[in-house]
Amino acid sequence: MRHEPEAPALSEDEVHLLRPLEHAGPGYYAFVGVLLAVIAWGVIAYVVQLRYGLGVTGMRDYVSWGVYIANFVFFIGVSHVGALMSAILRITGAEWRRPITRMAEAITFASLLMGAIMPVVDMGRPERLWEIFAFGRVQSPVLWDILSISTYLTGSTIFLYLPMIPDIALLRDRLTGVSRWRRWLYRVMALGWRGTPEQWARLERCMGIMAVLIIPIAISVHTVVSWIFGMTLRQGWNSTIFGPYFVSGALYSGAAAVVTAMAAFRWIYRLHRYVTLDHFKKMSYLVLTLGFVYGYFTVAEYLTVGYKMPEAERSLLESLFAGHLGGLFWFAQVAGILVPLFLIILPTIPGLPWPRRLPVLRPQPIAALAGLTAVLMVIAQRLPPWLPQAALTAADIAGVLRVALWILLGALALSMIPVLHARPLLSIVVASVLVNAGAWIKRYVIVVPTLLHPYLPIQGVPWEWAQYRPTWVEWSITAAAFAGFMLVYTVFSRLFPIVSIWETREGAAAAQEKTGPAPHPAPGAGGQFSSAPQAGG
Amino acid sequence: MALSRRGFLRLVAAAGASLGAGGALRRLLGKAVPAASEGQTIPAFAADASRTGQLVAGTPAASVIPPLTVAPAPPESRGRRWVMVIDLARCDGCRKCTDACTAMHFVPFGQEWIKVYANRDNEVAGAYWFPRPCMQCDNPPCVKVCPVGATYKRADGIVIQNQDVCIGCRYCMAACPYSARYFNWVEPPHTPEETARPYSLDWNYPHRKGVAAKCIFCPALLREGKLAACAAACPMGAIYMGDENEDTVTNSQGETVRFSALVRDNGGHRYLEELGTEPRVYYLPPRNRQYPAPPEPAATKEGGR
Repeated sequence: MRHEPEAPALSEDEVHLLRPLEHAGPGYYAFVGVLLAVIAWGVIAYVVQLRYGLGVTGMRDYVSWGVYIANFVFFIGVSHVGALMSAILRITGAEWRRPITRMAEAITFASLLMGAIMPVVDMGRPERLWEIFAFGRVQSPVLWDILSISTYLTGSTIFLYLPMIPDIALLRDRLTGVSRWRRWLYRVMALGWRGTPEQWARLERCMGIMAVLIIPIAISVHTVVSWIFGMTLRQGWNSTIFGPYFVSGALYSGAAAVVTAMAAFRWIYRLHRYVTLDHFKKMSYLVLTLGFVYGYFTVAEYLTVGYKMPEAERSLLESLFAGHLGGLFWFAQVAGILVPLFLIILPTIPGLPWPRRLPVLRPQPIAALAGLTAVLMVIAQRLPPWLPQAALTAADIAGVLRVALWILLGALALSMIPVLHARPLLSIVVASVLVNAGAWIKRYVIVVPTLLHPYLPIQGVPWEWAQYRPTWVEWSITAAAFAGFMLVYTVFSRLFPIVSIWETREGAAAAQEKTGPAPHPAPGAGGQFSSAPQAGG
Repeated sequence: MALSRRGFLRLVAAAGASLGAGGALRRLLGKAVPAASEGQTIPAFAADASRTGQLVAGTPAASVIPPLTVAPAPPESRGRRWVMVIDLARCDGCRKCTDACTAMHFVPFGQEWIKVYANRDNEVAGAYWFPRPCMQCDNPPCVKVCPVGATYKRADGIVIQNQDVCIGCRYCMAACPYSARYFNWVEPPHTPEETARPYSLDWNYPHRKGVAAKCIFCPALLREGKLAACAAACPMGAIYMGDENEDTVTNSQGETVRFSALVRDNGGHRYLEELGTEPRVYYLPPRNRQYPAPPEPAATKEGGR
């Protein structure tokens, strides 16, 4: 039964792609073990929450939604890109997509799973979840979310699975040395794929249909997630542009997550031949474009309200712009949008002469100095208020050291510019990690501050109830969700090739056809055979 | 103006007609509601007519378009449209309403189903006390967003909260612009009196962990012709309650007045009228206050507006 009709023998590179599926090193088991430990700790935290109620969280009657809902919006946002981006790249026939579409689609799958769990974790009565299916009200945005997220989960799973079928058949035929259940898994999931022309035609047709279908579904998902907030009368949420604003933010953070995943897999599985600097550059331009769109929406959202400063929004905006939430807000804007966009543009600036003329600006001594200052500052803050008559108290010293620390951090950022300029890949990866950190903070800044600013003043409650401080339970469950995301992703990459074998092969064949039989480095098309310079990394 | 027998019957007929119109719409939406049958009389809510002379004749009650989730009221409340008027000029911030409510419903610690704020509209205007029950909105944001119908609008105007159905998603709390909803974050401490009664929507206790709770206008008391706990406990007679269809409201001092005239003549408003939530709680402005004003609410700007 094991016919291998027309598939050519695997090249050396393709064998390389299959290696992580056959042999897992100690690093893999250690990593999975750590992830499982984090998840187990999260499960313990959840049991505590079930036992004692949501009172073990930092949420109270004013801030009734916290990091769980922020996680929910974050994961659903990250999930966006996979299907949507790879659908758009497939439809437009972008050749460079080939080695990275599966990574993107797997992100969608893993983060959707975690995103869907989060609202259940947030429920006060999770045992009544069945009621939503028994007598859910379609008038409630919650039902819209359940409908669109489950549709998207189904659709994106199919979308991930369809292009995997030929590869799974290849695994079925080649990986005869793996455990029995995995052979069974490959045999079942290959659906009897033999690579006949009829099967190929059907597959292409199904993939075409799914690529078109998945786009409106994906857009609807984050639109209705935003409408959870947009359908209320609360200041900061009561916005007409929340749908497109969330969609743009989701695409932006999702594209950055793909870049992060590309870097991680390239490093762990040694995919330098497949995921080249060229792919990073192309993805970073996508991130750049989406970042500009997102920045535009951010300005549109806050300027139109901030210009008018209506009574209801004023205290919310004041605390976001200059108040106790200002740090988070500006981190999301500066470190989440401005700095990443600069870092993406940075490698494309041809000459960067000026920082090199300043030999003082070297990262290592500045970083050491900043670390020392931070330690001294912490010590000064802990010191007892000795010598009350002294001209300079410990608090003053701590204040001076804090200013010095900020200056040093600024200098450190400046000194990093020539370093990153010389290492485009590092620059892009740092940018994408910053985008994702900023994205999570931004979700938090969307959920919590509005709840801290109700129409009626917060009065007559214990001081802690008018605040929001996430507790260890919330942080543990959040960490478990991120660990779960990584676990699903890691196990996926262990079971299936993370780079689509048949698609890259097809791309290489197409590139050869175009450029003639001689192997020609063509970084843009089927870049896996290119020998593009591996700068940085 | 005396309420003749004919006038009263006309009032009842109008109420029945409005219910019929609502019922037709409701049937259209797939939920049949038995309307008050023609000719059925409803005893007046402000029944203590001997003290205040005669009941006033009501203007025909406006036909009410129900929101999408409207459940029938219990038989005794059929034809009613419960309404509350709070005279801010009379409230001296003693918080006896909160205490009475908390005692009657065994409200768990940390929740104030009717909460008295020290409010202030601008720098010039003086501070005033502002009792805030659940507004029982006719266009209720909490009812709209509830995924399971645990909170719903009843034909007698009350927004009911069903703790037996609530899944604890707290979307209603996020949606309510009045901060009128609370959540049992932990298992509330119980008393024997509280747990003696089986859970009922009329009383909204015994309380349990993980569900939302709020003021429900004491429907059981209203049906018996009594004022809700807060209104009955107000020593200043600041809280009037009554039936909008009957166009009469009564306070703890036994003052029974025409609802429409009271609100119209005193420039009554509903809080956050501009949001369109159509609350069933009306406020009379804090003019000519006879009590010490609250201390300047320094904390006002801290949280809200």
